[in-house]
Amino acid sequence: MLKTFAKGGVHPPENKLSANRPIETLPLPARVSIPVSQHIGAPATILVAKGDKVKVGQLIAQSAGFVSANIHSSVSGTVESVDVVLDSSGYKRPAITIVVEGDEWDSSIDRTPDIKTEINLSAQEIIKKITDAGIVGMGGATFPSHVKLSVPTGKKADVLIINGVECEPYLTSDHRLMLEKGHELMVGIQMLMRALNVDRAMIGVENNKPDAIKYLTEISSSYKGISVHALKVKYPQGGEKQLIKALINREVPSGGLPIDVGAVVHNVGTAFAVYEAVQKNKPLFERVVTVTGKNLAKPSNFLVRIGTPVSELISAAGGIPTDTAKVVNGGPMMGKAVVDVNVPVTKGTSGVIVFPATESKRKTESVCIRCAKCVSVCPMGLEPYLLTRMSQRMMFENMEHERVLDCIECGSCSFTCPANLPLLDYIRLGKSEVNKIVRARKN
Amino acid sequence: MSSILITSILVLSLLGLTLAVVLYLTAQKFKIIEDPRIEQVEAVLPGANCGGCGYPGCHGFAEAFVKADDITSFFCPVGGNVTMANAAKVIGKTAETKDPMVAVVRCSGSPEHRKRIAEYEGAPSCKLATALYSGDTACQYGCLGLGDCVAVCQFDAIYIDPVTLLPVVNEDKCTGCGACVKACPKSIIELRKKGPKGKRIYVSCINKDKGGPARKACDVACIGCGKCVKVCPHEAITLENNLAYIDYNKCKLCRKCVEECPTGAILEINFPLRKQKVEGQIESTETL
Repeated sequence: MLKTFAKGGVHPPENKLSANRPIETLPLPARVSIPVSQHIGAPATILVAKGDKVKVGQLIAQSAGFVSANIHSSVSGTVESVDVVLDSSGYKRPAITIVVEGDEWDSSIDRTPDIKTEINLSAQEIIKKITDAGIVGMGGATFPSHVKLSVPTGKKADVLIINGVECEPYLTSDHRLMLEKGHELMVGIQMLMRALNVDRAMIGVENNKPDAIKYLTEISSSYKGISVHALKVKYPQGGEKQLIKALINREVPSGGLPIDVGAVVHNVGTAFAVYEAVQKNKPLFERVVTVTGKNLAKPSNFLVRIGTPVSELISAAGGIPTDTAKVVNGGPMMGKAVVDVNVPVTKGTSGVIVFPATESKRKTESVCIRCAKCVSVCPMGLEPYLLTRMSQRMMFENMEHERVLDCIECGSCSFTCPANLPLLDYIRLGKSEVNKIVRARKN
Repeated sequence: MSSILITSILVLSLLGLTLAVVLYLTAQKFKIIEDPRIEQVEAVLPGANCGGCGYPGCHGFAEAFVKADDITSFFCPVGGNVTMANAAKVIGKTAETKDPMVAVVRCSGSPEHRKRIAEYEGAPSCKLATALYSGDTACQYGCLGLGDCVAVCQFDAIYIDPVTLLPVVNEDKCTGCGACVKACPKSIIELRKKGPKGKRIYVSCINKDKGGPARKACDVACIGCGKCVKVCPHEAITLENNLAYIDYNKCKLCRKCVEECPTGAILEINFPLRKQKVEGQIESTETL
């Protein structure tokens, strides 16, 4: 009997079209636009000015506080402008635009392909390197990783959980990474274990990736303390709280963090970035992005420099199909449609999905018949139909009482609703209003 | 048989009488004596309970109004000066007169002027759409036209024009309560002085982008060129973040800025039509 989380969950069609495509390196674009706010927290402070020459891996924006992250140049060339560019939601945000000239890497980066397994740094040194490299949660939430590794006093982690679930349909970037960079991943995990001072790490992988489970299980025997666990396929297993429940059967309390139950969760992409940062001195300036879609000629997994326009990725995957109606940044369940295909790839871009008109339109809404399907699929045990009603009537205090802040915005409720109601939309609105109320109360 | 009837009637009457006495005594003991003027003030108020004054409904306003020593900060935007004068009379004070206000929509980006670049098909709420996207046009400041302002208006004074897809304020019905101002997540709606005979001039744009991008996104955007600032003889116009703003207290309604604006972002409302300039003709006879 395979493990999974207890409450709720849905089974969207998997559509992992690019699962068998090895990771390809995308050719360098002509110019990149690197936003200075690619993470949760304070935007980084810009260090370069127009006309400056930069190298690959050079620090171009400095972390502005504890919850913030450094930003490095992903290319070598000249800074064309330090101005606002469109982000995927259509707002203009500060970014550094660099015209690419050659591919000159910072000399401190080790570009050799050999795998360095020896770890001779202390926990503090590892965290320092992770902070310097600007590593954030690569699963899409982009929370600065060093913050998660700095366990607050009085709390203790006893297990590191590595998230290789990739429960979003379509996406395959983590799957390919596990298959192709297994040893690097293992070393990265061991470094995270040392940073947290824990002696066991569990990798959770859903059972729809048997090749990755087999391969990782094979190689994990030569790394101490790491075990691989196959999990029953169910969305949203990749959610931190769901994964903890599935793997170690502990429940994170309402309003709490994983560390409250002694666990820290990191994505496989993050573990790989940690390996590169610590062993190869390579800051986070490129990532694996799945580019996919049913009508796309060549669904692929690309190793992409941060700041590359999304349009370049789509053309490398065979060009944008003529019937395209929506391009989604992220997975189909939690991702957001982009307003312009020229928006840059950021640290949190795990996938780009091109949807034809037939699949992207919302279906006609009807009325709620109180079937309670949304209640039964909610992985957090909330009542989405009720929260939606409250949000529509602006009863935000009641929403807080109904624990709306526990919502992980997985979209299972909207996915399952037979009346096609935009449940998550309204819950999100309520969440932001409740957050405002909570903040006002604190001040 | 009849004895049962008589007994039950007697018992119930007695019980009713006793309870009535108890209730009367309790009511006397715990009587709340409210200032009778509160009720009188409430009676002169419009009773819309819109909250435009900043108090929870008309009763809340009346209570605070009667208790306050200084009434200058109180104003009922719905009732206006007449109501305020009557309310002040009740408590034996005089209210200062204030200029009537009206809500203005500072966006002229109809589909004709502002190209749609994306399509939004989520729930029809501006607040919700703002949380997800900048909007369906290239202007991230402009009106989304989903009608949050219409939904909150208690006076039926605002509607979305089906052609321009922009909110239109019916100035006869608008009371200036400010509910729409609070509801607009883009802060497009502003309360401005209604002006003599409803004449007013304002910059109908809140785009803070530089000239190029602003113009590209919308034909009638304020591009922050500053021509209006220079031409204004009353120093009523300020330019901040590439956006001109007209101070309605300083504006003398001379309309020079309207003529000067290269994009037509400054609107004049309720003015008589200008005389057409005919080439070659002397504009004014006064100079002769």
